[in-house]
This record gives sequence, structure tokens and C-alpha cells, in this order.
Amino acid sequence: VIADADIAVVGAGVMGLALAYNLAGDRRGPGGKRIVVVDGHYLAWGASGRNGGGVRQQWSTEMNVRLMQESMDICAHFAKRMRINVWMRRGGYLFLAGTQAAARRLERNVAVQNRCGLATQMIAPEEARELVPELAVDRFVAACYNPTDGIVFPWPFLWGYAHAAAKLGVTIHTSTPVTAIERRGGNTGGFRITTPAGRFTAERIVCAAGAWSPDVARLLGASLPNRPQRHEILSTEALKPFLKPMVTVSETGLYVSQSLRGELVGGISMPAEDDHGQVRLGSRLAFTTAMARALVELMPRLGHVKVVRQWAGPYDVSPDGDPIVGELPDVPGFHVVCGFRGHGFMMAPVVARHLAAHLCGGAAHEFLTTWSPARFTTGTPPRPGGETMFIG
Amino acid sequence: VARKVILCRCEDVTLADVQHAVSLGYRDVEEVKRYTGFGTGPCQGKECLRGIVEAIGAAAGPGPGASPGAGPGAITTALPFTSRPPLVPTELAVLAGAARAARSRK
Repeated sequence: VIADADIAVVGAGVMGLALAYNLAGDRRGPGGKRIVVVDGHYLAWGASGRNGGGVRQQWSTEMNVRLMQESMDICAHFAKRMRINVWMRRGGYLFLAGTQAAARRLERNVAVQNRCGLATQMIAPEEARELVPELAVDRFVAACYNPTDGIVFPWPFLWGYAHAAAKLGVTIHTSTPVTAIERRGGNTGGFRITTPAGRFTAERIVCAAGAWSPDVARLLGASLPNRPQRHEILSTEALKPFLKPMVTVSETGLYVSQSLRGELVGGISMPAEDDHGQVRLGSRLAFTTAMARALVELMPRLGHVKVVRQWAGPYDVSPDGDPIVGELPDVPGFHVVCGFRGHGFMMAPVVARHLAAHLCGGAAHEFLTTWSPARFTTGTPPRPGGETMFIG
Repeated sequence: VARKVILCRCEDVTLADVQHAVSLGYRDVEEVKRYTGFGTGPCQGKECLRGIVEAIGAAAGPGPGASPGAGPGAITTALPFTSRPPLVPTELAVLAGAARAARSRK
């Protein structure tokens, strides 16, 4: 039996759990503060359990830099506040550029980041080799490096948020897929939500189902424009610590970092596939070999390191590349927070904080305008996405 | 039984670790894998999976998957976690060579 809710959050990934935690802890509300989270699978089944764990503040737009500075701060205090080890290591992020054009893009981004108080620096390839002696840097013309970026182990964030939210009275129902959503009497009557574990009502719904969000919206007859895009990651045997920063290559979308467990974890861009809107999670040999080749070219000494496993997860991609956050114009009471294109994990702590404050009656953060779903309604001219610093 | 029983030798996961995970409500093999890290090392669970499933069963008692009247430890249906390629740990150089070979055939 699931209790009726003021706000039902669909999706127990990092976004949904962080949102529930922030909603429950907000002194202003909402209403009676009954918050329910439902998810069709177990914790960490979806993209929150499948991402590479990177947390960076290097972006191309001021809003994203500032958001991620705040998110980094939340991450840095998470272990102590939530009493759980998140295996965080701040070794920085190193972006390598193989062409003058890519180098100029990095320069422009670094200027934006410096304006926000971030200490990113353009460095020469030789300096990059001082940071990572294993790098074959002759193919690169420039790099940028911010020492305060880092990596985390994603799963403990879910357990940390889930346990803290539960302590604040949130009920979390895993293995509980939403199979139907109906309106209760007009546009202001809330919703009736059906699951195999029973029906319950909610005044408002927040859909935080990532790449599966269009499936949830469809239950209400609404369509979302974001599409899933398969991305794969491989992990090697554990090595002694040698790789300080997360290393990324602009031209190939390659990224690789060494976790606190010692494993190298990384991925690379693959050609787009026609997925027909379906999330695909199968592993492909083409990825493993492309990644292995690029990694050995980047760091030739890694040739004898063994790959131990690989897996896939979906990027959740909107038409202009920016997230989609807010109430759907045609479906009052139904909010979405999706379309984060592979960086939803690192943004969840800060996005959830501000979205929760707004849902409790607080001020609207700038992102609620920039990322509003209203930009995709018929008649609104398409605009280019603001952010260009994507990986993978 | 010795106090420290290691079930997953790659990742040093003990019987007590599994029992702790179950006590927190993680009873699915996939959930216990994530919470304890068992099966994520070089053998990818090939050595420990059976022992861990039995430990989960013993700690969780008869669940929805148990047959009627089955006592603690009697798991009748438990699926292994999703197996991940490669089948055995494989050198990056070997995989990189496979990429070159595939290209030269085209």
C-alpha cells in the first residue's frame, strides 16, 4: 500500500532522491509534506548507477559553471553530512585539444570559468605531461586544467540521499513501476497513480526518470522531446594510484579517470545509432575496441592493463542539448527534471536543491527559465543550446 | 565458523558485509552486488556468486522466491547478476589490435 502524497517523485535515481530529500527538509512545505518516491527498479539500476562519476566545474556558460561550483561544494560535504563514504578524489580535470579550433574553444571557456572565480588554466602539452607522465602529448596543441574538479563513486550518493530522505519521512518504493496516471477532476485536482503495489494520489508529480521520462509523460498523453542515447564505459583491473586528473580528449570524447579503488574507468564517443526512442543497455565489442585503441594511443604504457568489465547507460538528450526542467505547459501539476545529457549525476545535488526550494514556494533559479519545457511548445522558434562543453 | 568469512576474494567482501546489506533491506542479488561490491573484481563473480546468493538467502529468510514451507536459506529462484564482457580480463593492447584488424579488413 502506498500512502497518498503531496508530491510524488517518479524515479529513484540521484535526481529524484536528492529532490525528495530537499523537499522533505524544506521548512516551507509543500503542504503536508507527504513525499513519495516510486521507481520501477532497484537503486542504481538506471543512469545514476551507470555513469563515470565525474564532477567538474569546467563549462562554457557562466550559469553552468556557477551551478557546478555549488554542486561541488555539496559533494565535498556529502560524506560528512550523510555519514557515508563516497570515495571522492579531487585530482582535477584535464581537457586536451588536438586542433587550434578546439584550443580556442577551451580558451573561451577558461575565460568564462576564471570570471566565476575558478582557477582553470590553459597549459602547454608539455605541462600536461608533467601532470600525467604517461601521456603521449605530441598529438595535442593545448590543454586546460582545473585542479579542484574530481570524481566520486556514484552509488553511495543514492544510498546517502535515500537514507537521509527516509529519515525525514519520505517513503521510497523501489521495484514499483508506474503503470498508469490519471487526472482527478480537472486541472487542479491532482493525479491518481497506479502501480502493481497499489494506487495512490498526488497533488503534484515530478518526473525524474532520466532517459525514461518520455515513457512516464506518455502515461498522461504528453510528449517530451528528449531521446535516449547509448553510452558505454569500461573498467580495468585495479592499479596503484598513478593518474591524478580525469583526462578528456576534445576530438574523440574520450575520458578516463582512476577511481579510489584503483580501476581506470572511461568511455568514448561512438557513432550515433538509430534507437527509435528506446533505451538500449547492451554492451558492444565495437566500443571496447575503439576505447582500447584510443586509450593505448593516449597512454601507450597501458597496453598490458586488463579490461575487467564494461556496461552501458543512456544519455538523456534534448533537441538543443540543454536540460528540461519545470512544469509542462499542457499538463498543470506535472513537472519534469530531465534531459541532462550525461551530466545529470553531477548536477543533481544543486539542481535538486533549487528545484525543491521553488516547489516549496521559494524563488525560481535562473535555470528554471533557461531550461523551461515551454521552449519546445509549438510556435516557439528553436534556439541553439547554451552549453557546448560536453564529453562523450 | 571463523569470525571473518570472506565470500568474495577479489573485493574482500565478508559474510558479515552481506548480512549487513540484507539488514538494510538490500535483498536482490544486484542490490547486494552494488552495496558490497562483490563480484566486481577480476573474476567478476565467477567464484563467489553461489556462496553470496546462499548467504543472502540465509540472512533474508524465505522471500517471494522461496517455495512454501522452505526454511531460511532455501532460495529456489535467484537470478545471477547481469554478466559483463569481457568473459575474462583482457589486455587493452589485445583489444586495440582487434580494432586495427577490423579496420584493415574493410
